[in-house]
Amino acid sequence: MRRHGLDAKILAGGQSLVPLLNLRLTKPKILVDLNGVSGLDHIRETSAGLRIGAMTRQSGVERSAIVREKCPVLAEAIRHIGHLAIRHRGTIGGSLVHADPAAELPAVALALDAKFEVLGDGMARAVCADEFFIDYLTTSLRPDEILGEIIFPVLQPSSGYAVEEVARRHGDFAVAGVVAVVDLDGEGKIIGPRVALFGVAPTAVRARAVEQAMIGQQPGNELIRDAAALLRDMLDPPGDIRASSAYRKRAAAVLTVRALTKAVQLCHTRRLS
Amino acid sequence: MAETSSRFIGRSIKPYKSKRFVTGDGTYVSDVCLPNMLHAALLRSMHAHARIGAIDVKEALAIDGVVGVWTGRDIEERISPFPESFEIHPLPWLEGVKPVLQGPRPTALAKGKVHYVGEAVAIVVAADRHRAEDAVDAIGIEYEPLPVVVDPEESLQPGATLVHDGSNNNVVFSFSIEKGNVNRALGAQPTMLRERFRHHRYCAAPLEGRGVVAWVEPKTHMLTVWSSTQMPHLVRRQIAAQLDLAEENVRVIAPDIGGGFGPKVFVYPEEILIPFLALQLGRPVKWIEDRSEHFISTAHGRDQLHDIECAFDQEGRILALRDRFLLDNGAYNPMGLTDAYNTAAHLQGPYKIPNLSVSGTCVSTNKVPNAPYRGAGRPEAVFVMERCIDMIATRLHLDPAEVRRRNFIQPQEMPYQAGILYRDGQPVCYDSGDYPETMNRALQGAGYTELRARQPELRRSGRYVGVGIACYVEGTGVGSFEGAKVRIDASGRVIITTGASSHGQGHETVFAQIAADLWGLTPEQVSVVEGDTASIPFGCGTFASRSTVTVGSAIHGASAQLKDKLLQVAAHMLEANPDDLELAGGRVSVRGLPQRAVSFSELARAAVPGWASKLPAGLAPGLEATFYFEPRTVTWANAVHVAVIEVDIEIGTIKLLDYVVAHDAGKLINPLLADGQVHGGVAQGIGAALYEELAYDENGQLLSGSFVNYLLPGSMEVPKIKIFHLESPSPLNPLGVKGLGEGGAIAPPAAIANALADALSPFAPRVNAIPLTPDLVLELLAQKEVRSEASAV
Repeated sequence: MRRHGLDAKILAGGQSLVPLLNLRLTKPKILVDLNGVSGLDHIRETSAGLRIGAMTRQSGVERSAIVREKCPVLAEAIRHIGHLAIRHRGTIGGSLVHADPAAELPAVALALDAKFEVLGDGMARAVCADEFFIDYLTTSLRPDEILGEIIFPVLQPSSGYAVEEVARRHGDFAVAGVVAVVDLDGEGKIIGPRVALFGVAPTAVRARAVEQAMIGQQPGNELIRDAAALLRDMLDPPGDIRASSAYRKRAAAVLTVRALTKAVQLCHTRRLS
Repeated sequence: MAETSSRFIGRSIKPYKSKRFVTGDGTYVSDVCLPNMLHAALLRSMHAHARIGAIDVKEALAIDGVVGVWTGRDIEERISPFPESFEIHPLPWLEGVKPVLQGPRPTALAKGKVHYVGEAVAIVVAADRHRAEDAVDAIGIEYEPLPVVVDPEESLQPGATLVHDGSNNNVVFSFSIEKGNVNRALGAQPTMLRERFRHHRYCAAPLEGRGVVAWVEPKTHMLTVWSSTQMPHLVRRQIAAQLDLAEENVRVIAPDIGGGFGPKVFVYPEEILIPFLALQLGRPVKWIEDRSEHFISTAHGRDQLHDIECAFDQEGRILALRDRFLLDNGAYNPMGLTDAYNTAAHLQGPYKIPNLSVSGTCVSTNKVPNAPYRGAGRPEAVFVMERCIDMIATRLHLDPAEVRRRNFIQPQEMPYQAGILYRDGQPVCYDSGDYPETMNRALQGAGYTELRARQPELRRSGRYVGVGIACYVEGTGVGSFEGAKVRIDASGRVIITTGASSHGQGHETVFAQIAADLWGLTPEQVSVVEGDTASIPFGCGTFASRSTVTVGSAIHGASAQLKDKLLQVAAHMLEANPDDLELAGGRVSVRGLPQRAVSFSELARAAVPGWASKLPAGLAPGLEATFYFEPRTVTWANAVHVAVIEVDIEIGTIKLLDYVVAHDAGKLINPLLADGQVHGGVAQGIGAALYEELAYDENGQLLSGSFVNYLLPGSMEVPKIKIFHLESPSPLNPLGVKGLGEGGAIAPPAAIANALADALSPFAPRVNAIPLTPDLVLELLAQKEVRSEASAV
């Protein structure tokens, strides 16, 4: 990568890159295939959280017992990616580095403040999720760097979560989607709400205003609706043939209500059990 | 001789020889690989409308492996233009309808200017496709962009940009038909619908795109062309005509074809260019369309805009219907008035409409040419009529099923003269069918009564469930002819050869079932040969729900002739009277004396010229007969579709809960294959109703030119389809069959749109256009909010 810089492109699972090559939309001179590189495919629980190798297949993460136990929202989000065959090839790192704004994984990483372990010329550096995604299909990775690992935090056993999205067809990229995680304190008040949206901006986005409006509050329909209504001033989504800007904006608010409602319900259920 | 017994006709036999399709072992055009073969790629216009300036091919020619580049100027002297349309116009139709036909003639490569994004401008031949595409990218071309016309209504405005040089306006084909007195009937009625309906542009998207391989035998100069076409004989005629060759020196083969659905019914530039290049270069040349090319060069379909007025009485009976519609041709319309006239001929559907006036106008725009796609004008007609029926029901607070019942043609009125001409020039005459019963079956299958009873309660709990009905009739088995050659070979097998050309229908099985019953054989003892111009002199091809009707009848006709001869030979050999003979198990025997028999194999070896001949005096050698079936007119199939949907009114998504089809295509040869046809058609119709759209921006750029944005329904979008078959035999052919290839695709847009209007009836939405996207659903709901706000003020 150091030698070829921007002329080179990393091939991970190939689920986005290969179609782009096929359409002649991207014409890299060099392809660097990571599929034969060892040490990039693992899921480990550490004190820092779940460390997942960038080349771990999405279906592997989806089905991992440890992910389902410690960070179930990640498995839930992956379920929405494409179809099973795509998830068998597609890697977690490939999706994050491709940084499609309509993809689920960047939104999960953003919602959970995941850390990105970036490998460069003999060096490693850590990047926070909110500094990793820069713009449409653009990350802060430098041309001579690759993504090594992603560290997802372990959720509380009582945390509630939900992933809601609307796609034109089953398995399509979402026209709008939301990842929500909440927890409740001893008095049943909301703590640590996390809301990230995808498909509605050039990158996945955290809805911090919505989170702020919910902290320390008793959850209820009205609270959630009012919090989600704050998105109206926050979003200016792109429009295209799949959905207009106005549609995405409206859908994002509706899905946020649904996701938060579900997450709170799940929280109640998990606290009881 | 004995009457035909139905041992195999009507049985759900699994398709023969179809394992190759499942295992990927079929032989498609792309699988034809010849020694020394070259590969072609096309430069296609990126402009919707522009004058072509200088073309610089130096850099392209310098690429290693590139053999040559040809432009419009290089071929103009050597390839004559295409006809203005491939439609054949029967005289009675021309005289009865007096259509205006003034289409432009496309050239194989654009000359002077380009008329749409995707029009072929130059063709490159290279050692492989990769280098051919690199060379296409290296061609330098100067365009002088011209104003673009995208909207068909704007195209009709005075002073509109003219798509074709030398024309006075953008109208290409037009016609009008009338029965009764529509002016008077509309004038007399206060209750009226005035609506505008749009049936948008989408495409067939067959799994296999187009593709051509051409090879010239160096010593004889015999040209063989493999093409992914529905019409091998037409392709041969056109190659011979446009390249000035003798037809006998051109052979066209349609090998396994991965779907056609209409867009492969005429001849494309590449089908002339690739043979031309093979002749020029003396080497085989291959071109396989990729999906990006497909979206901008293979014909699109539908794209009609209807303005209707419909008068009805207080009982919901339709008194008069006027429909003026536009069909957006794109830059060319290779099938002329086929779609537009089909729309007019099918508009009345299964209903009695005393006064009718339809005018259709095909206009040019700077878009991909428009041509028939499964249903070919019928889904548009059905969308208009079936929405009208539901709107009448809403106005009169009647059940939409009841309004249909009140307008249906009754079974005792068959055959029913519909009062207009079909495009074969014959009066439209529904030959058989029971329309009320077909609807009853569909409604029962969907549990209609129970659904209606549950609807109020569901709505109270916030669930918007809707039921939509759509009925249609379809003229099938259209002429002008199809032939079958029936032959018995020395091994005693029956071989059927026909000019039809299967592209997934299961002809091998269906024709074998028909022949097996006619000959007292099993279907395994019958071979079916098609898709090869060398095997039969004349052929139309496979399209328009016609092959079972026309080829089946031709097999019947040829078999009768051949049986007659076979029995004469057998009678001679067995020293019996032909009337005393019977056929069974590949043998001819004397009735009541099964041991006095001669096998088909022995008969074939006896019916030869020369010393081995055992023919009676005066009988010509060979066990072979050819029959061309020329139907006087079409036979009318009918069906009723019922869609049950649920709408999420917050995000505008539609979920199909149930889909029911009651279908009458006359006598069924193979119910399993019939189900398959209906399934496939319904899936495509669901795509049309909810997902697929070829949208253009104001510059004439296609916005959905790949499967990323052109949304085909997948297995998750298509529900389990319940099918009920009725069988009203057609009196118009010896087998009693009707066509069913297109039917499935005709009704879903109407049924699903009706279901949406029903689901959202508390909001009184105007569902007048498809596709029913979540965006559109929210818009329909917002209109209601605006309306109720306005009425509150």
